Amino acid sequence: MSDKKRLDLEYSTHDSDKMRINVGPQHPSTHGVLRLEVEVDGEIVSEVIPHMGYLHRSFEKVCESMTYPQIIPYIDRIDYISAMNNEWPYVMALEKMMDIKVPEKVEYIRVIAAELNRIANHQIAVATFGMDAGAFTPFLYFFRDREYILWIFEKLSGARLLYNYFRVGGVSGDIYPTFKEECLDVIKKVRKTNAEVMDLLIYNRIFIQRTAKIGILPADVALSYACSGPVFRGSGVKYDLRKDETYSIYNRFDFDIPVGKGEVGVLGDCWDRNIVRMHEMEQSCKIIEQALAQMPMEGDVTAAFPKKIRPPKGEIYMRAEGPKGDLGFYIVSNGSDKPERVKARGTSFVNLSVIPEISKGYMFADLILILGSIDIVLGEVDR
Amino acid sequence: MLPNEIYNNLKSEFGDAVIEYNDTQPIDPFITVSTDKLFDICHTLRDNEEYLFDYLMSLSGMDLGENVGVVYHLYSMKYKHKLVLKVSAPKAEPKVPSVEMIWRTADWHEREAFDLMGVIFEGHHNMIRILCPYDWDGHPLRKDYKVPEIYHGMKVS
Repeated sequence: MSDKKRLDLEYSTHDSDKMRINVGPQHPSTHGVLRLEVEVDGEIVSEVIPHMGYLHRSFEKVCESMTYPQIIPYIDRIDYISAMNNEWPYVMALEKMMDIKVPEKVEYIRVIAAELNRIANHQIAVATFGMDAGAFTPFLYFFRDREYILWIFEKLSGARLLYNYFRVGGVSGDIYPTFKEECLDVIKKVRKTNAEVMDLLIYNRIFIQRTAKIGILPADVALSYACSGPVFRGSGVKYDLRKDETYSIYNRFDFDIPVGKGEVGVLGDCWDRNIVRMHEMEQSCKIIEQALAQMPMEGDVTAAFPKKIRPPKGEIYMRAEGPKGDLGFYIVSNGSDKPERVKARGTSFVNLSVIPEISKGYMFADLILILGSIDIVLGEVDR
Repeated sequence: MLPNEIYNNLKSEFGDAVIEYNDTQPIDPFITVSTDKLFDICHTLRDNEEYLFDYLMSLSGMDLGENVGVVYHLYSMKYKHKLVLKVSAPKAEPKVPSVEMIWRTADWHEREAFDLMGVIFEGHHNMIRILCPYDWDGHPLRKDYKVPEIYHGMKVS
């Protein structure tokens, strides 16, 4: 089939019997417990209806009966692949409400932890996306490298996946003596693997033929669906909260925002979203290098811990750039030590809502790739 | 543009439908509007050249005791300014106009607010539950919600 026909959304309207297929919730390619009800005409997808909630853990209801510090471990479990990035907007919101100035050293540790976690998240995203397309080797390479990052986190926080590391006013523990060397070592490994994967997977002819020109997401549609992160940037929009709404100390670092350019296909296709992740890993490496060089080695990371966490009556919406896009927390305080309401704006939840729009008219096998290119975590969709 | 300037402009355009401007809280001032003009106000906020709020960051349902509220967090990609918009409706008749036609992302957010808070969005094309099972009883984020003991023969709590 020529590429022109694949792009023609009207292609599947001829009169024939349509069939409904169920994908998931127990399916390796749905990246969790997502169920898709797919209507196909032959092999062309004509409608996709996502059904979720299989992992709904009533996060928002649970928060209402927890004190503020007790909520942080639950936030880790929203998006369990990038827990460090999740904790950040929450603690930042409380710090802003309570007017706490975080020590300089803590800011650097947070930036390094968040960027390392961004790399780990993108490694999984690209690895599983490659596996959706049938490439297994990069998956092993990435998981081998991700392990080194998890080791650093384990030494920092004591946990491999769910850290509970960011606290209101600081972080739970100081860095350890060999932290700097290990981080630099990890960056070296990440760069080496990325260069290999670029040859092996990203610019592989088969991979390009499978992923380019499918799942095209125009920038205006992405904006209306409030997409963010690599999904939005893959459509060529330079939108990154680290630059657009600089928080913490991101204004001190020199880094670029990679965007999709339609290099091998059409702007905003699955390949573009993927290449943005690859380039972002390199930018994260750059940020970590600069942060390690500037970081003060002296200082108490627990110095600004408040005695009581009781934000004044009021409300705040705070967001930060996670690996998947902007993650926001809307916190309403009633002046006590428990929140009145916590709403998490799950990035994957919002990004996933674009699936019915961008998968129509493509082949059924492409649907799996389109879903993989969005990079969702069902913990964040269902919360 | 600052929120109080937007409030003054909206006030002169929509009159009584724009109820109050509140910046007494420590953070994030907000504008309260009435439900019957909400759609028009949102439309103006998105399309007017001065505001261009084209990015709906978040839409949350709130339990306000007697009322249910909906909070809209808006952002403009061009001007990089933000706005918080609030509406409320009585719990006896929790109806709020849908803004799904203005920001497509509101589709799932509104379904979530309906599912968890029981706000009914009028004009939404598919007002069904999204996170809880389709045959679940009640709206869990209401403060007076009681967890059912049995669901399909399974013990819940």
